[in-house]
Amino acid sequence: MEKQFLNAFKEALEIEDRDVALDDVFREFDEWSSLGQLSLIAMLDEEYEVVIEHAAFERLLTVGDVLKEVQKRLAS
Amino acid sequence: MAYLEFEGVGIAGLGAAVPRQIIDNLKYTTHFSAQDAADIVAKTGIRQRRFAAATTCASDLCFAAADSLLNDMSVDRSDIDLLVFVSQTPDYRMPATSILLQERLGLSKSTIAFDIGLGCSGFLYGLSVVYALMQQQGLRKALLLDGETRSKVYSPRDRKTAFLFGDGGVAALIDRDAAYGHSWFSLNSDGSRADLIKIEAGGYRKPSSPDTLVERVVDEEGNIRSDEQAYMHGADVFNFLLSEVPRDVRQLLERVGCTAHEMDYVLLHQANNYMNDYLIKKLKLDRERVPSSIAKYGNTSSVSIPLTLVSELGGKLKAHQRVLMSGFGVGMSWASAVLDLHNCHLSRIVEVD
Repeated sequence: MEKQFLNAFKEALEIEDRDVALDDVFREFDEWSSLGQLSLIAMLDEEYEVVIEHAAFERLLTVGDVLKEVQKRLAS
Repeated sequence: MAYLEFEGVGIAGLGAAVPRQIIDNLKYTTHFSAQDAADIVAKTGIRQRRFAAATTCASDLCFAAADSLLNDMSVDRSDIDLLVFVSQTPDYRMPATSILLQERLGLSKSTIAFDIGLGCSGFLYGLSVVYALMQQQGLRKALLLDGETRSKVYSPRDRKTAFLFGDGGVAALIDRDAAYGHSWFSLNSDGSRADLIKIEAGGYRKPSSPDTLVERVVDEEGNIRSDEQAYMHGADVFNFLLSEVPRDVRQLLERVGCTAHEMDYVLLHQANNYMNDYLIKKLKLDRERVPSSIAKYGNTSSVSIPLTLVSELGGKLKAHQRVLMSGFGVGMSWASAVLDLHNCHLSRIVEVD
């Protein structure tokens, strides 16, 4: 799941020149923007049928944090 | 479940008016770079919008749309017994704008007139209210006027909203005829998400004061607005839309007993291309049957569904067409409808100075 998630994350933010890693702080990416956030939301809905509301999402800093949150919601 | 079903009432004709002033988003660079503008246009699909003059209100756009529609259709104005005005940009806090429009349009003093203060779901809410009152045989014809000047609501220095909204007004003439057949509405509300799209000050909870007019930096991106200008938490609005709108549409179709593929057209609130494309994908709609006017007019709130109908389907509508409509936004408030357009007259779009 981890590899697939990283690829989907990269694709959602249209990152083309590098790979993303779990400990990357995505909020510091040049590609991160309010529109990028919409793409990420769409990806999470489409791939995992998971919706992370704003308040919870604001606490997530790294790509791995997002993955953990997705896994937590898939398990519950 | 708040479902409504009607029979033998429908839209006889629809007219629209937009301001003459065109804003080209690629050149909307007073506060943002040309690159920023280009990126936003690419993602949202909003190339142009119409901005009303400082002295033009939503009611002026609705008046122009209604006046032209009534003339085009040779409607005897004394036959109109009901006028509903849908807007969140009224002329005054009081009296209700619908009453000013009753006089301006030369309607009788026995006209029922009132306002409905809703955003993107407003046209469908308004239509359902008019359809409901029109079950009364005593009412002959009704006008649903729906107008917005959202250009005056948002800060030009808040990138989250500066490129999205435009102005417009529509008028729908509604009457009774067995040929209209049945129509169905689903209406919903979620006040727990009232903070997602809001104008904080200028009402009675937080009255207007010198402080509420001060424009300040509101976030780490450097966006600037006052408490009397609207804000939108786009990401949470998108989250809301993803979970609620497809569910609402599916449940309504199930209740009607048909599928989205049986619809001649699907008219979605024109939020932005990114959100709408995703909804089209998620609802597995046939893109050819989902007209879009967002490139020309942007997001005009409650006006966007009927404006798209007039702008994109003028000259294309066959005598009898079944359409699905869905509007969603500020409130949060969302509504969907399945209805038949029977010999629906679409007037040409009027431009207002």
